[in-house]
Amino acid sequence: MSLLELEVRQRLGDFSLELGLAVEEPGVTALFGPSGSGKTSLLRLLAGLDRPEQGHIRLNGETLVDTSRRTWVPVHRRRLGVVFQEARLFPHYRVRGNLTYGMPRHLARRFDAVVELLGIEALLARYPATLSGGEVRRVAIGRALLSDPRMLLMDEPLTGLDGARKAELLRYIQRLAGEVEVPILYVSHEPAELLEIADTLVLMEAGRVLAQGELDALLQRCDLSEALGGFDAAMRLEVRVQAHDTAYGLTHLRLEDGQSLSVPTLQASPGQRVRLRVPVRDVALALAPSAELSYRNQLAAVIDQAWAPPGDPTTMELRLRLGEQMLRARLTRHAFDQLGLVEGQHVTALIRSVAFAQREL
Amino acid sequence: MLTNPEIEAVLISLQVAGVALAWILIPGIAVAWLMARREFPGKALLDGLLHLPLVLPPVVVGYLLLLTLGRQGVVGQWLNAAWGVTLPFTWQGAAVAGGVMAFPLLVRAVRLSLEAVDPRLEAAASTLGAGRWRVFVTITLPLTLPGLLTGGVLAFARALSEFGATITFASNIPGETRTLPLALYSLIQTPGGEAAAARLCAISVVIAMISLVASEWLARRARARLQGRDA
Repeated sequence: MSLLELEVRQRLGDFSLELGLAVEEPGVTALFGPSGSGKTSLLRLLAGLDRPEQGHIRLNGETLVDTSRRTWVPVHRRRLGVVFQEARLFPHYRVRGNLTYGMPRHLARRFDAVVELLGIEALLARYPATLSGGEVRRVAIGRALLSDPRMLLMDEPLTGLDGARKAELLRYIQRLAGEVEVPILYVSHEPAELLEIADTLVLMEAGRVLAQGELDALLQRCDLSEALGGFDAAMRLEVRVQAHDTAYGLTHLRLEDGQSLSVPTLQASPGQRVRLRVPVRDVALALAPSAELSYRNQLAAVIDQAWAPPGDPTTMELRLRLGEQMLRARLTRHAFDQLGLVEGQHVTALIRSVAFAQREL
Repeated sequence: MLTNPEIEAVLISLQVAGVALAWILIPGIAVAWLMARREFPGKALLDGLLHLPLVLPPVVVGYLLLLTLGRQGVVGQWLNAAWGVTLPFTWQGAAVAGGVMAFPLLVRAVRLSLEAVDPRLEAAASTLGAGRWRVFVTITLPLTLPGLLTGGVLAFARALSEFGATITFASNIPGETRTLPLALYSLIQTPGGEAAAARLCAISVVIAMISLVASEWLARRARARLQGRDA
C-alpha cells in the first residue's frame, strides 16, 4: 500500500493540473519544479484547502477525496501538518501557544523533544512578531509536527531567508527528517535544497509529473538535466573522510572505488561518510590525467552515456561511471567532437574543488 | 450634588445602553461575519437595510418599532401572548430602540475588522485540526478584538445618546424610560431647569469621555499583543 496515492485534475487559470503520483517510501519526497508548475496547488489539494474537479487522493489507505464517490474529508480532519511558505504563525499566541495549538494530549510528552530538536527552547515565551525569519520557520515546523500529522507538507520553507539562515534551517530539517518517523513532502524549486534533503523525487512541469522515483536514479538521467535545474543541475557523490590537511585547509576524501580527492575543509571527522554535491557544470573531462592542470581532483572514469539534448546544438550531457557511482558532466558539443569521445571510453574527470557542499550521512 | 431624578436618569441610561449592547453584540458579530465572509443573494439589500437606522430620522425608526413591536403590532402581539412581554413605554423598549439605532455602528466596525483578518491564518489553524467553530473562537475573534472594542463603545455611546426613536417608542416616563438625553430635554422645557440641565450635560460628557478613553486603552492593548509586544 502506498503512503500517498493520488490522481487529480483541476483547471488553474490558464493551465491545468493533471497528474497522478504515488509516494511509497517514508523519508523525504521532494516535489520539484519551476515556479508555476503546480507544486503549491497540489499541496493545497492534499491539505484539503482546495477541491479537485476530478480525481482521488488516498493517504495510508484512507480516501481523503474521491470525486466519483463524493468523498470529502475536511481540512481539520486530515491530520496533515502543513508548513506554509509564509509560516503563518498566530500573532496573538506566544510561541508556546502556537506550538501547542494543534497538539493532541498524548503528544504532550513529545513537546520538549521537538522544541529541543528545533532549537527553540529560548523562544517559548515570545510573540511571533519578535522572531527572526529563521526562527519563525522553525516554530512553524514545530507547530505542524506537534499536531500529530500523518505526513508533513512543507511548501518551500526556505523562501526569503538569506544564505546562512537557509543553510541553518536546512540542517534543522535534515535532522528532523532523520529523527521523526513522519514522512515529509517537500516542495522546492532549488536544486541545491533538493540534493541536500530528498530521498525520492517527483519532478513537475506545467501541471504534469515529468518523472518520479529515487532521487539518485533520476539525477543520473541526462534527459532530465534541464528539468532538474539546468545550469544548476548537480549530482551526489558518497565519500568517506580520510584526513584533514590543516596547512592547506583541505579535507582528503576517498571514493568507494578507492580513488581520492580533496576539498576545502569539511566539518566531519575521519572515517565519517558524507555526501557531496557536485554541480554538473563544474565537471570537465581530459583524455588522460595531467600534472599541468590546476584541477587537483582528477578521477579515472568511464563514459557511460553521452546525450545530445534535442533543440540545443551547443550542449552535450555525459554520464560517467566511477566504480559504482555515477557522475555527470556537461561539455560543449564542439569539445566532445574534437576530443573524439565515445561511450565506453576511459577518461579523466576534472572536478573543481570548490564545487562541494556536504551532507552528513 | 445630584438630585434623585438626575441619578435615576443616569442609571436608567447606563442600564438601557448596557442591555442594548448585550443584546446586539452576538447578532452584530454574526451579521458582520456574514457580510464580511459570505456571498449570498440579497446581500446588497441586507446591507442597505442594516444601514437604514443610520440614515432614517430616528423618529421614523421609533414609529416603525411602534408599528411592529407595539401592542397592536404583529410581533408585539405575539411577544405579549407568548411571553407576556410589553415593550412600548418600558425601559426594555428604550433598550430595543437604542439597540436598533446602535446596531449598524457595531456591525460596521466589526465587519471592517473581520475583513482585515488574514484568512490564511484561519486556514493554517484548520490544518492543525481546528474545526470551524474553534478557528472562529481562537483565531478570528481575538484578531477582531480591536474592532470589536471600538464598535462596542460606539454602539454603547449611540444607545446612550438615543433620543428620537426612544421618545417615540418608549416615551418619556420618569423612572422608567427617562434616559439622560430625555431628562435633559425635559429640563430644557421646564422654566428654571438650566442648572440641572448643565449638570446632566456635564455628566454626559464625562461618561462619553470615560468610555472613549477606556476603549482606546483596551484597543491599544489588544493591538500591542497582536504586534507581539507585551502590553
